[in-house]
Order: sequence, then structure tokens, then C-alpha cells
Amino acid sequence: MHELGIVFYIIRDVKQAAEENGVDHVSAVVMNIGEVSTVVPDYLTDCWRWAADKEPLLKGCELKVHIIPAVTHCDGCGREYETVRYGRTCPHCQSEQTWLLRGNEVEIKEIEVTNTT
Amino acid sequence: MDDVRIIEIKKSVFEDNDRDADALRRELKGKGVYLLNLMSSPGSGKTTTLIQTINLLKDKLKIAVMEADIDGDVDARKIREATGIESIQLHTGGMCHLDAEMTRQGLDGLTLRDTDLVILENVGNLVCPAEFDTGAARNAMILSVPEGHDKPLKYPLMFSICDVVIINKMDVAPYFDFDLEQCKEYIRMRNPRAKVLPICAKTGEGVDAFAQWILDEVTAWKRQS
Repeated sequence: MHELGIVFYIIRDVKQAAEENGVDHVSAVVMNIGEVSTVVPDYLTDCWRWAADKEPLLKGCELKVHIIPAVTHCDGCGREYETVRYGRTCPHCQSEQTWLLRGNEVEIKEIEVTNTT
Repeated sequence: MDDVRIIEIKKSVFEDNDRDADALRRELKGKGVYLLNLMSSPGSGKTTTLIQTINLLKDKLKIAVMEADIDGDVDARKIREATGIESIQLHTGGMCHLDAEMTRQGLDGLTLRDTDLVILENVGNLVCPAEFDTGAARNAMILSVPEGHDKPLKYPLMFSICDVVIINKMDVAPYFDFDLEQCKEYIRMRNPRAKVLPICAKTGEGVDAFAQWILDEVTAWKRQS
């Protein structure tokens, strides 16, 4: 359900970009999805197929998902570590003064337009 | 031959909504209307808590309520019958949350004449509503005892965006091995600024603290507008 809402946002943004660039069909949309963004990529692509095929601009358009690995920065020792493996506590110094550096993205990276000549 | 053209976009999916939400917040501030976004799981006692809170505040503030659900209008009717205030039902059309645009449409359905406080009861869900800024002045959430004291660990985003966390159904805490201090610690780990208010909406215990928090917030908001 969550993913379907996000798909509607993606469609709105892609339509706008297509209009600005004078494009009448988009063949792929490339997303950057952070590992801890709470978006499940499989659900996102399933919802995408259902919703995109209802739009002439996006019929058959593929949704490509790039996963951005989550990295946390530790203020205690200044080092970085893998968020998914260690969570909120720094594995180097056990500090809990940590914050997410990246991995929360839900971003449209680019769209691909195929010109058949 | 097929030749592929790449158009770079590099844009967060939430960007437009965040902008709409900021614009709505500014407009509401100009009008002196305080919008509170109330979130929780289904069955946490949102509507009962609201009725108790509204009954404590309705002589001091002009209040309206927007109930957001996927379907049905039981909550809006229940609020209207129990408190007599203006209450409307919004349907999200199958969506699991409200965004700023839907919130604006809902506000358009209210009279908003001299209204001080609008409470938006968001869709019962601890995941999606946390992602979408509604344009509210503040976010509040209700966690109920049967859900367990470990919820802040499982839904970190929700707890990190809330200004106040109400812990409801405190009367049944002994039956669920609910550890209030542990729960407060988990909330503090996610969000050191959040105010935690244990209540029992059924008996009304502790609801006065929530009502007072709202009253102070609305007063401060109006002073700045």
C-alpha cells in the first residue's frame, strides 16, 4: 500500500519531466532506493507494473531500482559503518551518538527514452 | 536502430509534497489555525482519546476534526455525536496515508470560521503517514500498551518525527508486561525531544496533560501568527 502511494508520486514527477522534455513515451525509470528507506523494491515494481500500464506515456515502461547501501556515521569515534548490520550502536566504540549518512533515499535518478529510428 | 536517451532527474519523490506541506503550514499560520496531525496503529484508541481531549478543550478553543480513513465514516460521526464539534470524514481512496494536497482538500471542506485548532486523525498505520508531511504544525502519535513497549525500535521514523507520544491504555499495563520506563528510553533513543504522556482514555486519566500541551501549543502558534 505504501509502495502504491509512492508509485503515484513517481508517475506524477515522470509525467512532468516528460512534458518538459517533449517526450511521448518513456521506456525506463531508474530509481535510487536506500536500503533503510522502508520501501520494499519488489512491492514497488509490482505496484509500478499495475499503475504504469494504465498510462499511455508509461505503457511497458520498466522500473529499474538501484539500491543505495545504508551507512551510519558515529560522532563518538568519527568512523562509518554498515547500518543494516550494526543498527544504531557503533561497532567500533559502542557509542549510540550515531546518525544515518545515506540509505534513506527514495529518488528518481533518471528516465530512459527510446527513439526508434 | 534503437537509440536510448537518458534524462537525468535526481529528485526525491517526497520533494513536491514537502514543498506543498510547507506552503500549507505558512498559510495556516497566517490564519491563526493550528493543525495537529495525530497518528497511530489501528485500534490504539485515537478516537476515544480525541473525544476526551476535545471535551476538555472545547470551551477554550474552537475545534474541528478531520477523520482520514480508507473507507467508512463511523469515526467522524462518533466525534460529532460525542462532542458536538464540526467533524468531517476524508477518504484516502485506498491510500495508506494523507499527503499535504489531500489535507488541503480536507481543510477546504471545513468552515474554518474563527477555528483555533484542527485535529487531523490520520490513517491508522505506523509506517506510511510518517513519510508524508501533511503541513501540520505538530505531529502527535498514540502508542497503546497492548502493542508493546518495543515499538519505537520497530518503527523508528514514526517516533522520530513526533513532538508528543501518548501512551494509551495504561490501565492494562500489568497484563501485557508493558515496561513504561523501557518504552520511554526507546523513544528517547529515537527522539530526545519527544514529550511522553501516559494516559488512559477510557477513564480520562492523564488526558488533561495532553489537553494542556495542545492549549500551550495553540497559544504560542497564535502569538506568532
